[in-house]
Amino acid sequence: SAGLPETRTDAAMSELVPEPRPKPAVPMKPVSINSNLLGYIGIDTIIEQMRKKTMKTGFDFNIMVVGQSGLGKSTLVNTLFKSQVSRKASSWNREEKIPKTVEIKAIGHVIEEGGVKMKLTVIDTPGFGDQINNENCWEPIEKYINEQYEKFLKEEVNIARKKRIPDTRVHCCLYFISPTGHSLRPLDLEFMKHLSKVVNIIPVIAKADTMTLEEKSEFKQRVRKELEVNGIEFYPQKEFDEDLEDKTENDKIRVGAWGSLLKNGKCVLGLVENLNHCEFALLRDFVIRTHLQDLKEVTHNIHYETYRAKRLNDNGGLPPGEGLLGNVLPPVPATPCPTAE
Amino acid sequence: MEERKPAHMLRNFKYVAFMNEELRNLSLSGHVGFDSLPDQLVNKSTSQGFCFNILCVGETGIGKSTLMDTLFNTKFESDPATHNEPGVRLKARSYELQESNVRLKLTIVDTVGFGDQINKDDSYKPIVEYIDAQFEAYLQEELKIKRSLFNYHDTRIHACLYFIAPTGHSLKSLDLVTMKKLDSKVNIIPIIAKADTIAKNELHKFKSKIMSELVSNGVQIYQFPTDEETVAEINATMSVHLPFAVVGSTEEVKIGNKMAKARQYPWGVVQVENENHCDFVKLREMLIRVNMEDLREQTHTRHYELYRRCKLEEMGFKDTDPDSKPFSLQETYEAKRNEFLGELQKKEEEMRQMFVMRVKEKEAELKEAEKELHEKFDLLKRTHQEEKKKVEDKKKELEEEVNNFQKKKAAAQLLQSQAQQSGAQQTKKDKDKKNASFT
Repeated sequence: SAGLPETRTDAAMSELVPEPRPKPAVPMKPVSINSNLLGYIGIDTIIEQMRKKTMKTGFDFNIMVVGQSGLGKSTLVNTLFKSQVSRKASSWNREEKIPKTVEIKAIGHVIEEGGVKMKLTVIDTPGFGDQINNENCWEPIEKYINEQYEKFLKEEVNIARKKRIPDTRVHCCLYFISPTGHSLRPLDLEFMKHLSKVVNIIPVIAKADTMTLEEKSEFKQRVRKELEVNGIEFYPQKEFDEDLEDKTENDKIRVGAWGSLLKNGKCVLGLVENLNHCEFALLRDFVIRTHLQDLKEVTHNIHYETYRAKRLNDNGGLPPGEGLLGNVLPPVPATPCPTAE
Repeated sequence: MEERKPAHMLRNFKYVAFMNEELRNLSLSGHVGFDSLPDQLVNKSTSQGFCFNILCVGETGIGKSTLMDTLFNTKFESDPATHNEPGVRLKARSYELQESNVRLKLTIVDTVGFGDQINKDDSYKPIVEYIDAQFEAYLQEELKIKRSLFNYHDTRIHACLYFIAPTGHSLKSLDLVTMKKLDSKVNIIPIIAKADTIAKNELHKFKSKIMSELVSNGVQIYQFPTDEETVAEINATMSVHLPFAVVGSTEEVKIGNKMAKARQYPWGVVQVENENHCDFVKLREMLIRVNMEDLREQTHTRHYELYRRCKLEEMGFKDTDPDSKPFSLQETYEAKRNEFLGELQKKEEEMRQMFVMRVKEKEAELKEAEKELHEKFDLLKRTHQEEKKKVEDKKKELEEEVNNFQKKKAAAQLLQSQAQQSGAQQTKKDKDKKNASFT
């Protein structure tokens, strides 16, 4: 190419060698112009344009509930989304037996509100913590979560990709803590220790109406302390606070918005929303009204990226030769690969 | 060490036991609140800011800079280019604009020297290369193992304004060739520049001619989207006026009791924002106020995907059967990783060798120095010894002298004592004689 002083045209595919990408001839610091002074251009219409587009495509949201049976998971989900999302809780005569192993059941729904269409998938985990021997009962859950990342990764890595990759990744995991009033049980700790690294966990104290206010706050403190001592980062994770504003907002949430719920979702709906009775409203606002998009973004930008990096680096910790969904992968080389920074 | 798991827990967990095929439609019994989702999404984007990159292709002097100034109500600093450029080069400048709470990172890329050369065969090449380079940069980032796409500064071209010279006849062959090369890589919006030099009736014929030429040559220009109800109508109406005949001006002229952007001629005034005079307002409407987001989306989901697909295929993928798709890229990753490791090892080797070499050099230097030192030492030693010898010789001499002297002294003393003795004897003899004479 004949002497192009300001353009770097050599776009040879440089490999995973971390070399600075060929920059266009852009000066380091863009000139800042406040166009408010100069007459209306119309740039701010991009917000409206964006909003219209997102309304048209709709949203996916996948929420997982984990906890022993009887803690009120189904009731909570129904109350959160103000509909019969889970058909289980409607009757007290439960014909379904507690399953012998942990099952994962994902049910998809389409709900619409204010012109916004949402594909909501609730992933239930019956059988978790219900066995006599609950060793490693988080494994199927972890495997399910990783499998969704794998699915997404496979789509992303295709040559001819879909315009919109279907997102089945778990955006939020509500973990139900039994209101013993004392502390977290070993199962709780084990689960959260393993899973907080792969998914956003929001711990929820179930059936809080069985505790007095003092018991509740004491329990909360103790639980929070225990989580801290064990190095368990639940959502919103401190390390992802982007700036001071985020941090102060999120701190309020970490301190206060632990949802709890009532038994009979339907007839005491009014009471559920009473902040003095339980913090359900806080949970709902937190998960749906303010942080829904953030939950998805943290899942995509952080958890998924971690999975992807690990996967591309060293076969994701799986034994060589075996892949998820039965694919056979090429063998892993002996030396570990340094991460390309 | 892992303990043995109870039998029922071993790898036969039933899971994803159930995912319903048909989604259930639910009705909500109250306000849930997820209708705030679009706002949540938009807020995130607003805080990060938006990128928009425009490429202006057109001959020198056709009014690219002026039009940009007019569109964005600013005087972007630039010196007008000369006609003496040896080839086409692309000049990109970035600006940060802010309007209410929206921050826009605007990059304007100019084709300097386009259309000036005698031989214009290769004029399109730098443009294509530039566009590809931006795609490449994005692709590189996307393929990294540790990547950060969410705060990536997107430099891909979202819109290409192609400036057509207002000849009034038809498109130039350079225009057709260039646009044909660009249409699969970027959203092309053709515009007629300096439209105030064309009479109304000529303009209409000119526009028709251009559009039919584009169609007959298979040039794909950007289609304003008509799939979404709110914008379908306005987009459809505007499309009829393509290509937009624009006039640019940053000078203001008093029209009635207001100041307006216009061009003042001896015979009259051409108002930029008057839709009877030119299509500037339409262009602004389409480019910025209605379809900016769509332009960005098309760039990402269509042009970039096409580039990516071609590039990956070039790298040696064959998407023959659906089974090979999921891990063919994986193989490349493996291959690349091995390559990377190989290179890393090579570099390590190189470094090691260099280090060894340096050590050798240093050793040699040190040896030299040592040798020198030894030599010096030897020299000194010898000198010292010579000196010593000299001193000893002198000492010997001295001793000899002393000896001689002692001998002489001894001899002298002996003589003296002999002399004394004989003298004493003589005196005694004399005394005896004397004594004898007395008797």
